Amino acid sequence: MLRQIGVVSYMASQTKQGDNSALLDMPDKDGRFGIYGGRYVSEILIAALDQLRSEYARLKNDPTFIAEYESDLKHYVGRESPLYFAERLTAKVGGAKILLKREDLNHTGAHKINNCIGQALLAKYMGKPRVIAETGAGQHGVASATVAARFGLKCQVYMGSEDIERQSLNVYRMKLLGAEVVPVTSGSKTLKDALSEAMRDWVTNVDDTYYIIGTVAGPHPYPMLVRDFQSVIGKEARRQCQALYGQLPTAIVACVGGGSNAMGIFHPFLEDTDVRLIGVEPAGKGLSTGEHAAPLSMGEVGVLHGNKTYLMQDENGQILDTHSVSAGLDYPGVGPEHAWLKDIKRAEYVSVSDEQALDAFRQLNLLEGILPALESAHAVAYGAELAAKMDKEEIVIVNLSGRGDKDIPTLAKIDGISIA
Amino acid sequence: MSRIENRFKKLSSQNKKALIPYIVAGDPINSLTVKVMQEMVAKGADIIELGVPFSDPEAEGPVIQLAHERALKNNTSLKDTIAMVAEFRQTDNETPVLLMGYLNPIEKMGFEIFASQASAAGVDAVLIVNLPPEEDTLLEQSLTAHKMDSIYLLAPTTTDERAAFLGKQARGFIYYVSLKGTTGASSIKMDEVEIRVNGLRQFTQIPMVVGFGIKNGSNAARVCGFADGAVVGTAIVDIFQAFQTEPDEIIQRVGHLIEEMRQAMDAARKITPLSE
Repeated sequence: MLRQIGVVSYMASQTKQGDNSALLDMPDKDGRFGIYGGRYVSEILIAALDQLRSEYARLKNDPTFIAEYESDLKHYVGRESPLYFAERLTAKVGGAKILLKREDLNHTGAHKINNCIGQALLAKYMGKPRVIAETGAGQHGVASATVAARFGLKCQVYMGSEDIERQSLNVYRMKLLGAEVVPVTSGSKTLKDALSEAMRDWVTNVDDTYYIIGTVAGPHPYPMLVRDFQSVIGKEARRQCQALYGQLPTAIVACVGGGSNAMGIFHPFLEDTDVRLIGVEPAGKGLSTGEHAAPLSMGEVGVLHGNKTYLMQDENGQILDTHSVSAGLDYPGVGPEHAWLKDIKRAEYVSVSDEQALDAFRQLNLLEGILPALESAHAVAYGAELAAKMDKEEIVIVNLSGRGDKDIPTLAKIDGISIA
Repeated sequence: MSRIENRFKKLSSQNKKALIPYIVAGDPINSLTVKVMQEMVAKGADIIELGVPFSDPEAEGPVIQLAHERALKNNTSLKDTIAMVAEFRQTDNETPVLLMGYLNPIEKMGFEIFASQASAAGVDAVLIVNLPPEEDTLLEQSLTAHKMDSIYLLAPTTTDERAAFLGKQARGFIYYVSLKGTTGASSIKMDEVEIRVNGLRQFTQIPMVVGFGIKNGSNAARVCGFADGAVVGTAIVDIFQAFQTEPDEIIQRVGHLIEEMRQAMDAARKITPLSE
């Protein structure tokens, strides 16, 4: 029923004087996006979440905090990131202009750092000397370890033992940055279990520890604050697109695991209802095989890791193991704001298989000299497919959320090449 | 009067405190669960807390996580768990049974279906670890309609203001989490817990039990000096882990542990007669 209300209020606001401000007013005071989101956690964490909520409400309007955040984005992360016209890819596809938002050029090689700088600053302002994080592909772990070094915070990163195997480069990198990587051997030994384990750590060390969640999921206020920190992507892209081409894009395409890079680029465009927002989930070996990680395409509503959202689950409500060639998308849930945007039809969600993503990965190397992360290659694959069906005057922005150096061992293995 | 009310009333008249063991349904095989429940009651357990297996038990330490994994290897579901309670009720209509678990399996089944089936099976109360009362009042309504209690947690981090709110919501009894951490974490600081539990009494009239970190008879006896009962989970589940291929051994050893705790709790009551 609540879902209905969410839709109705959005529709109502649309029909009334074309005002879409309801889209930006989310979440509500209880951390809800329609029926999604909320704070489904053990009582032990309620006080910490209350504290985070009130501190964030204060700091996001604090000029000193904002100045420090923006200064680090510029001088440390290297923003703004280019909006690059992929000319040869566009020519090959033969349709709309394909622009790549180059988050891969950020310090540490992905969009994750935007959020980590913001949350590490929150930790610093809140006087927490220790930070923890969960990681799948290792990108968020690396970004967390990086900002911990930058701000002099102690850092532990939880990572599924299976992911540790797949992403040894990032594991070593985190160690070089002074972080401790804690292997998680429970459950499926991947991102979802790392997240559970990080929550267990936080429950135990809640007094001196700040938990840097890496995506737009988890209990309120995380989905909101991670989105806010990531929305720098969309703000820049919107400004750049208008400045360079004098128009807004027809569509924006971004990959969705937890959904932070997508939410970051979508959010500043929510009120531009002519701009299609398209999230690309990993179809893995194919949606019909069950071996995928596409809860928005195939999942059902449930509760995991502190929020209500679409989940991959079985008929008894047990969370299913997921599969994607990209560890960063290998997660059975998705940020609650995406769940809401899907229901109200403000965003569309599609899926791309391992094979299609690998193909796009190779294409972008050959045509543009850009090595995308396997995660981002999902967005490239769909973006190219979409652009092919559009006019030359139109624009598709693909969020190139990270670079693919970390995936070279995976690719080499697929190609049967042994690299030391 | 509910089974839970009856049980605390009876205990109070005997100058005893509640011993509340926790096991996971279907660990390590479905056919063992009811037998262990019966054995625990025979050896002095007052309320049974039955864990509903879940794939991602966020608040549990490693021992209880593994118990959930063992149960899920048998595909033990919420429906199976409810059926176990119904079987238990065939021979025991007095001992309260509390289901403890996570929201998703219940959400998936549907609140009303869950509440009606659980109630019909003889479940007395439900504790959902990741459901603070403000998040979903619909489940609460279904439970109330089917005469079951929602058991809420209070934690060391709970503010007084919130404790007052939770104290008003809570029915059956309140479960005080003795330490910050997961189940089975290191031993608890009894003096701190005592001060806190005594302080929280102002917010509620219903019994308050303590769990997390109670490992043996002397812990349980000490807790029952100030609380209305002790929950013991990891120490029992440890036995399931150690003897997972020997069901008879599990029954016997769990029985012994319950007996030891019962005796320690009752002996302590006799040395220091009740002050209430």
